[in-house]
Amino acid sequence: MSEIPPQAALEIRDLAKSFDRPAVDGLSLAVRAGEFYTLLGPNGAGKTTTLRMVTGLLKPDRGAISVFGVDVLADPVAAKQIMAWISDEPMIYDRLTPLEYLHFVAGLWGVEHATAEARARELIGWLGLAAHAQARCEGLSKGTRQKVALAGALVHEPRLIILDEPLTGLDAASARLVKNVLRERVAQGCSVVMTTHILEVAERMADRIGVMCDGRLVAEGTLQELQHQAGAGLATLEDTFLALVDSDRADGPIAA
Amino acid sequence: MTQAGTLAWFAQHETRLAWRDWSWLLSGGRRRRGYVIILGAVAFILFTHAFAYATLARSADFGAAPDKRLLVAIGGTLLLYWSLMLSQAMEAVTRAFYARGDLELILSSSASAERLFAVRIGAMAVSIAAMSLALAGPVINVLAWLGGAHWLAAYGVVIALAMAAVAISVLLTIGLFRMIGPKKTRLVAQIVAAVIGASFVIGVQLVAILSAGTLSRAVAFQSAAIVDRMPDPESLWWLPARAAMGNGPALTAVLALGIIALALVIRVGAPRFGELALAAGGVSRSAARNNRRSVGFRPRSPGQALRRKEWLLLLRDPWLMSQSLMQLLYLLPPFFLLSRMFYGEGHNTALLVPVLIMAAGQLAGGLAWLAISGEDAPDLIASAPVTAARVWGAKAEAVAGGVGIVFVPMAIGLAIVDPVAGVVTLVGLALAGVAATLIQFWFRAQVNRSLFRRRHVSSRIATFAEALSSILWAGAGAIGVVNLWPAIFPAALALLVLGGAWMLSPKRP
Repeated sequence: MSEIPPQAALEIRDLAKSFDRPAVDGLSLAVRAGEFYTLLGPNGAGKTTTLRMVTGLLKPDRGAISVFGVDVLADPVAAKQIMAWISDEPMIYDRLTPLEYLHFVAGLWGVEHATAEARARELIGWLGLAAHAQARCEGLSKGTRQKVALAGALVHEPRLIILDEPLTGLDAASARLVKNVLRERVAQGCSVVMTTHILEVAERMADRIGVMCDGRLVAEGTLQELQHQAGAGLATLEDTFLALVDSDRADGPIAA
Repeated sequence: MTQAGTLAWFAQHETRLAWRDWSWLLSGGRRRRGYVIILGAVAFILFTHAFAYATLARSADFGAAPDKRLLVAIGGTLLLYWSLMLSQAMEAVTRAFYARGDLELILSSSASAERLFAVRIGAMAVSIAAMSLALAGPVINVLAWLGGAHWLAAYGVVIALAMAAVAISVLLTIGLFRMIGPKKTRLVAQIVAAVIGASFVIGVQLVAILSAGTLSRAVAFQSAAIVDRMPDPESLWWLPARAAMGNGPALTAVLALGIIALALVIRVGAPRFGELALAAGGVSRSAARNNRRSVGFRPRSPGQALRRKEWLLLLRDPWLMSQSLMQLLYLLPPFFLLSRMFYGEGHNTALLVPVLIMAAGQLAGGLAWLAISGEDAPDLIASAPVTAARVWGAKAEAVAGGVGIVFVPMAIGLAIVDPVAGVVTLVGLALAGVAATLIQFWFRAQVNRSLFRRRHVSSRIATFAEALSSILWAGAGAIGVVNLWPAIFPAALALLVLGGAWMLSPKRP
């Protein structure tokens, strides 16, 4: 596994969480500052549980999480101040307009009003939401709602953006826009951790990829490093991913 | 096996869905053993019958010949029931138009949607009749026991009234669709439902206040001034009342009218239902409304952001607005009584104080549920850099603000008439509001805001504790106005209820 600089954007050590059975089981990983990190894994691998623990939405049974050196468990408010969380289901209010929603989120993160207003206007233009800015979110399409949620995540300029399946249900144009926004944020020094089932997205966008299975990290690295770990002759990430997961599970192959 | 797509097949489908819905309602959405539900139902039946007996046993001779006074009392009570049925039916019809559920699946199939809607309109009548009979049944049974089996005819009257209520509601809603379009119909229909539900109760109370200076509806029905102004006992207006008292021809006529009204509406309404439901669906799916006046949402702190968000969401929700409007409408009679006191026509503060405290407790409970359990973006709030204590604090402040806006002006008005009553009311409002909010906080569960109508189902302990606490604080207020020390007893009981609720609430890490 790759060596991580002293102050990682995200550092997870020996993280564990059980529900009826272990969902995350002694997970350790680190994400560099300014890195685009993608977490892959079959359904039930523990990806979402991991990210929910990182964002303070779930309490781990054991382990440590730090974001830019801030201990998430000891000082959750300080850690949340520099993070943003986006899930596959946009967390927005049907009866607020996108602009009101952005002001609300900015208020939650304590962004000064004039700054919030400027950022909100900029994000609305950037994400192509100008036509809907004054319309209530209840009538917006899934893609537009996801863009509003993304704008909400960016309005307080987080240093670490955590996304759980953000491209689910988006059309090609919306998906491309979201990917472009994330790329630009990474280019500006922001760190991104994202889960996805769309392997092509991970292949094209991620600096490094982590593969989880049964609550554990079974492989990690760049695409080339993963291919090397999986063995010779695997051309695509899909082949590599399936080989890595299959080799970890004795009970049969994983559906693509 | 029933042939697919037929009326009977749709009826079977609807019955299965309705049964599962009722099971969910009875079990509170949790898996429970059948005997627990049966025991609960038996306890409810025994309690309602005992209550009906206690109320009716001391009343007049039920075997006596029907005079005008009795006809007014029965006719007035039936009209009260019917206004509530009409309100419930309006809400059910509106819900049927706007809820997506399985409508798109059925409308996109080759099955006859007309048959489905015929069944659905019929099912609404059954459901409204069942709900009304759950309330009226114990009274009818006790009347039959005390006054003779002829009172059982009242069951037929309630069923006929339910059919008429559904028929009128379908016609009204279709009329609203035609007149003002699907966009406005939902809000207007919900407000009309709330107003219909409240108007007759309020009207009778206003008459009671004017004639006797009291909120009692029974007094209004027995008042000589009212009885004298009513039509003669031979009038056709008394047909339902006569039918309820066991008059065979009257019962046949009332039942026939109900069946004909419902059948005609099914014949006329069912073919249009699909077209209107699609139009209603188009409202929620259509492009969002633009150029709406944006509210100045300029929070200076996370707490302020949360408070403003709660108020804005409440103000923009037509259904919740109609529910709140309903609660406000019920406050009109006490408000009227208050103005009457203000102008010196008798002091009846002991009656007004508990009404305000009780209503404040109920409103606080509803608002607290919306703010705490009905949070639409819980992950967003949980991932914000704000401590949980600050989040809950801001939500409690939002609830207090909502309750304060409604009730504090009335308490101040009361204080002008009677300073002691005003102070007691203010203290009672605060205590009942805080208690209801705490109960909702302890029993919080993440659910969709749209389930507000069924919030009582999510925790029966919370519902019971909230109602009991509001009643006890209201009782403490009523006693406190007259004599402060005895008020300590209901207040202590209210604190015990609060303590019990806390002990029974789900433990959280």
